[in-house]
Amino acid sequence: MRALLLAVLVMLVLACVSLLVGVTHMPVWAMLSGYDDGHAARILAISRIPRTLALVLAGASMAIAGLIMQMMIRNRFAEPTTSGTVEAASLGLLVVTIMAPELPVMGKMLAAAAFALAGTLLFVQLLRLVPLRDPLMVPLLGIMLGGVIHAVATFIAYRFDLLQSLLAWTMGDFSGVLRGRYELLWVGGLLAAVAWIAADRFTVAGLGRDFTTNLGLNYKRVLALGLVIVSMVTSAVIVTVGMIPFLGLIVPNVVSLTVGDNMRRAVPWVAVLGAIFVLSCDILGRIIRAPYEIPLGTVVGVVGSAMFLWLVLRKRSHAA
Amino acid sequence: MIHANEVTKRYGDAVVVDCLSVTIPKGGITSIIGPNGAGKSTLLSMLARLLKMDGGSVTVGGLDVTATASDVIARRLAILRQDNHLSARLTVRDLVTFGRFPYSRGRPTLEDKAHVERALAYLDLGALADRYLDELSGGQRQRAFVAMVLCQDTDYVLLDEPLNNLDMKHAQSMMKTLRRATRDFGKTVVLVLHDINFASWYSDFVVAMKGGRLAAAGTVDEVIREDMLREIYGMDIHVHEVAGRRIALYYE
Repeated sequence: MRALLLAVLVMLVLACVSLLVGVTHMPVWAMLSGYDDGHAARILAISRIPRTLALVLAGASMAIAGLIMQMMIRNRFAEPTTSGTVEAASLGLLVVTIMAPELPVMGKMLAAAAFALAGTLLFVQLLRLVPLRDPLMVPLLGIMLGGVIHAVATFIAYRFDLLQSLLAWTMGDFSGVLRGRYELLWVGGLLAAVAWIAADRFTVAGLGRDFTTNLGLNYKRVLALGLVIVSMVTSAVIVTVGMIPFLGLIVPNVVSLTVGDNMRRAVPWVAVLGAIFVLSCDILGRIIRAPYEIPLGTVVGVVGSAMFLWLVLRKRSHAA
Repeated sequence: MIHANEVTKRYGDAVVVDCLSVTIPKGGITSIIGPNGAGKSTLLSMLARLLKMDGGSVTVGGLDVTATASDVIARRLAILRQDNHLSARLTVRDLVTFGRFPYSRGRPTLEDKAHVERALAYLDLGALADRYLDELSGGQRQRAFVAMVLCQDTDYVLLDEPLNNLDMKHAQSMMKTLRRATRDFGKTVVLVLHDINFASWYSDFVVAMKGGRLAAAGTVDEVIREDMLREIYGMDIHVHEVAGRRIALYYE
């Protein structure tokens, strides 16, 4: 409990740092001492606070989406980017952009979520059809499925001259976050709270279908709730800031090693560490070659792939 | 009392359990025996509503398992299947606490916690309670799973090959624990067993299956007999009386 409070404190400190780092000069002291003409306060309210909130919300909710996915698929390497969910969501977003461009962003998100859910269910069906002995085959199958969906999306985007948008959805970047353009991420935050409330159900479902039925729960219903949450979070993040790779994989695995998988305990940890990870990577991307920015997706991709390799190799030696 | 009425399960053309009717008495230990592929595990899964029946019906203590709300059944009957592979990392206490899920829906009360501690003590898991399941030996893990189904505090406990992975010492202690549970709490324990001598020694009632059908059902004296066993297993099995119990020899 004390360790968790410490982690929350680290997150708050990082959030403050994130508020202070940026290209535009923001005289904090002037603002605090009342000499400011409103300029600094405006930057804070329009750009810095939204960006920091977006980082925290996206980081926490994507990490929790990864955790739920791992419980539902019952595989440590499952997460939205290794199960076709992200690719299906961006395909959905592409389709709705072409078919109904005037739809409000909430509607687009829901359409993307529907596609994401369909893609994930397809993945679940594939897993049922192909008996896989090696746990590492599960994410490989998901990545293959994602590749196929992404190829379809790329073809359509190419035809409709929307490759730029597709790239933006698949590459997380917070530099465009302003007030009025990130609020959808609160949907993700809300769903993360739902995940905490339903945490025990997800843990039970993570024990398997027979366990779940034995304890009097409807397995299919829990699975559906979990996958709906994952799809909605994924599409909310994609629509607003773009995909953050590896996040849902690394954070739950690190938490699993330290506090285990009982989701009632793991959810707050996963949320806080997810936010910390994304905040740190974003701050890093902003200061490495200031005044220019490295997109968050790139920073996370580099850091994340190294950590992913470590996890895979560790698992291998652990299993042997 | 568990009553199966003309229960049938098919996979494509293959009939795994064929119109089987049997009544398992309340109280004591009932063992289901039979050769590989006789449909024992399939029957057990259908008794516990884990597997959909293609025909027939099952009542447990008067409740139809497919028509009654699943959480009501979960407070009446608990089942543990074999090879319980977990990818989730849980402590023994976490797992056993989930046995209380049908009562408290994940918000364990003080009473639930008392149940958990009692189940841990009952299976001698006190020292291992805060260890993660993936750090335990196969036998310890098996005991943790059994502690969970006992913690579910149901009148009926169904176990599919609970002696798998257990050495002689732990197999014996598992059977003694189960027998104790039937006497202390009046539970009805139904087991699928491969070792007919464990079945003979500890059972109050034996159900024998062959080819998806009922081959015999009755007390140990009625079922563990040379003519019966020859018919069930298709081999010569000598039955000897040792210390007043029936022991089958089939090693040569």
